[in-house]
Amino acid sequence: MAILINRDSRIVVQGLGRSGLLHARSCREYGSAIVAGVTPGKGGSAVDGIPVFDTVTEAIRGQGATVSMIFVPPPTAADAILEAADAGIELAVCITEGIPVRDMVQVRRALQGGTMRLIGPNCPGVITPGQCKVGIMPGVIHRPGSVGVVSRSGTLTYEAVQQLSDAGLGQSTCVGIGGDPIIGTGFIEILQMFNEDPATESVFLIGEIGGNAEEQAAVWIQRHMRKPVAAFIAGVTAPSGKQMGHAGAIISGDKGLAGDKIATLKACGVQVATSPARMAEALLNALTP
Amino acid sequence: MNLHEYQSKEILSLHGVAVPQGGVAETPEQARQWWEKLGCDVVLKAQIHAGGRGKAGGIRIATTPQKVEDAARDLLGSRIATPQTGAGGLPVHRLLVEEKVAIERQFYLSLTLDRDAGCYCLVASATGGIDIEKTAAKTPERIWRQRIDPCLGLRPFQARQAALFLGLRGQFCEEAVILMGNLYHLFLEQDCFQLEINPLVLTRGGRLLVLDAKINLDDNALFRHPRRQALFDESQLDPLEVQARRCDIAYIKMSGTIGCLVNGAGLAMATLDMLQECGGQPANFLDVGGGASREKIAEAFRILLQDQDVKGVFVNIFGGIMHCDLVAQGIVDAVGVDCPWPIVVRMAGARVAEGKALLAASGLKVICSDGLEEGVSRMVTLLSLPVSE
Repeated sequence: MAILINRDSRIVVQGLGRSGLLHARSCREYGSAIVAGVTPGKGGSAVDGIPVFDTVTEAIRGQGATVSMIFVPPPTAADAILEAADAGIELAVCITEGIPVRDMVQVRRALQGGTMRLIGPNCPGVITPGQCKVGIMPGVIHRPGSVGVVSRSGTLTYEAVQQLSDAGLGQSTCVGIGGDPIIGTGFIEILQMFNEDPATESVFLIGEIGGNAEEQAAVWIQRHMRKPVAAFIAGVTAPSGKQMGHAGAIISGDKGLAGDKIATLKACGVQVATSPARMAEALLNALTP
Repeated sequence: MNLHEYQSKEILSLHGVAVPQGGVAETPEQARQWWEKLGCDVVLKAQIHAGGRGKAGGIRIATTPQKVEDAARDLLGSRIATPQTGAGGLPVHRLLVEEKVAIERQFYLSLTLDRDAGCYCLVASATGGIDIEKTAAKTPERIWRQRIDPCLGLRPFQARQAALFLGLRGQFCEEAVILMGNLYHLFLEQDCFQLEINPLVLTRGGRLLVLDAKINLDDNALFRHPRRQALFDESQLDPLEVQARRCDIAYIKMSGTIGCLVNGAGLAMATLDMLQECGGQPANFLDVGGGASREKIAEAFRILLQDQDVKGVFVNIFGGIMHCDLVAQGIVDAVGVDCPWPIVVRMAGARVAEGKALLAASGLKVICSDGLEEGVSRMVTLLSLPVSE
């Protein structure tokens, strides 16, 4: 068991351009079943042995795809997400960075009440080590195990995963939920899944400045989480009013401060790493009764 | 992307929202001409990308043509520092010269993103002209919030509730409903990230006017507005920030001495946190992005070396898509053997051995470090040593 993806996941890649193809290959090398690509106008062809379709519906009909990995560029990415939902994809992982907020407001509303789960956009993707990788993370740093990882970041997550693997703490599933202000799936939904997943025994959460998703997650953890959680929050020294790389990473007024997030997490019983070099250590502390 | 007040008001005006009469002046003569055209007392407002202008002397009232010219001469070409700008302040190249209006009541109105709900939200308060965040924290009952369903848009009945909450009745209430509707349409059409009217005023003469407006546009939507880039006033940014912006590098100038080059926003923030935790002061935030090329790495490095405050450079790369040897090549391209500053490179992940070998063979005085903690502490130690020849 794991969450979101496993060795049975059948993946269609929307946007099989240069970058999409590069990562599709890397996912396939990792062992993921990349069963189809969708590039409008290229239906009927094949790239690298991957059959290409014009629409997601055709990719599902022809190849039984259940998961979509989206690399479609920002102007048409929202449409790609909506198409995946309409076609009956179970899980869409949108890697694309730079989708306008207005488009994501519409997508979020359109997905309400539907069955498709969206991870991202602007995220590194999802990996269940040893089974399936749907994203752009380096597979080699991961080890199969029982730590669930959930993060708003990319390379900072790799840093955490490397530390966990080095410390002998393998991962059940690692989920990058994305750095945009509007994302398909938040911390709490992923925490709920980890809570119910028999393969996950503890969780490491990585947050950053902006919004208050970490505070809400902290309160949820205190009320509902049955497994130990440790966390790291980036941006303690970030200046106010500046967008720190990610569209969602901005302190507005006195809202979204890292210090507030850390204080709330600690108050809710979460072990918070004091330094990004000590993330695995924080989880080990959380695991020691 | 922030717009100036005068640009925001031009957009508002195009969408049928009433603003005071007036316009832009780039010289004292032009300011005087506005006084002649308007034929009344005027307000001169320095156009900078920061709030708190009034208290910093950036807003002047003038009652005679000579006083208009004097105030304009004083403001144009000066720098105004507010709590939002940092000590150096921001340069004033343009003034907005407007009719002075007699204010009966003032309100706060904004459209913004509600991140929790994933939709836009109308915020209103009858206490205009103030710090809305402080009001929200101290007296939340004085703030009206209306989430907007993107399928339905801002409905007139919702705008009416907001107007009545502000105490606007009768004809003024209906005028406010139309105004809010116009604001919402403009917000979507222009792909705004945030639109803030502070204050909206009811004049003694019975007009509903936008006295000050701040529009922040969604950078990600630039492809839908190809001419928009021209609206951006680069003089309001640090020159190095402008250079980085042109190269599509996320860079923010800070006040310390350690130049930082990192891949990934989260890791970059965490790196700054760590440096400060160890007693170092970062000179900047810099995220080269996920799939940066060798050229982009070199460009980023050059930006760091141009910063007069930089006395050392710390590179923190977790190689994934981006291979460490490519990063090393970029560094070698940008750094001359005569670089006076210590450079500490911490690399991990894909092709790290090749990257280190490249740096070692380059003849550059680069210190490589495996651990994050080790790298940070070496950087800080190197900078705290007395400079020796």
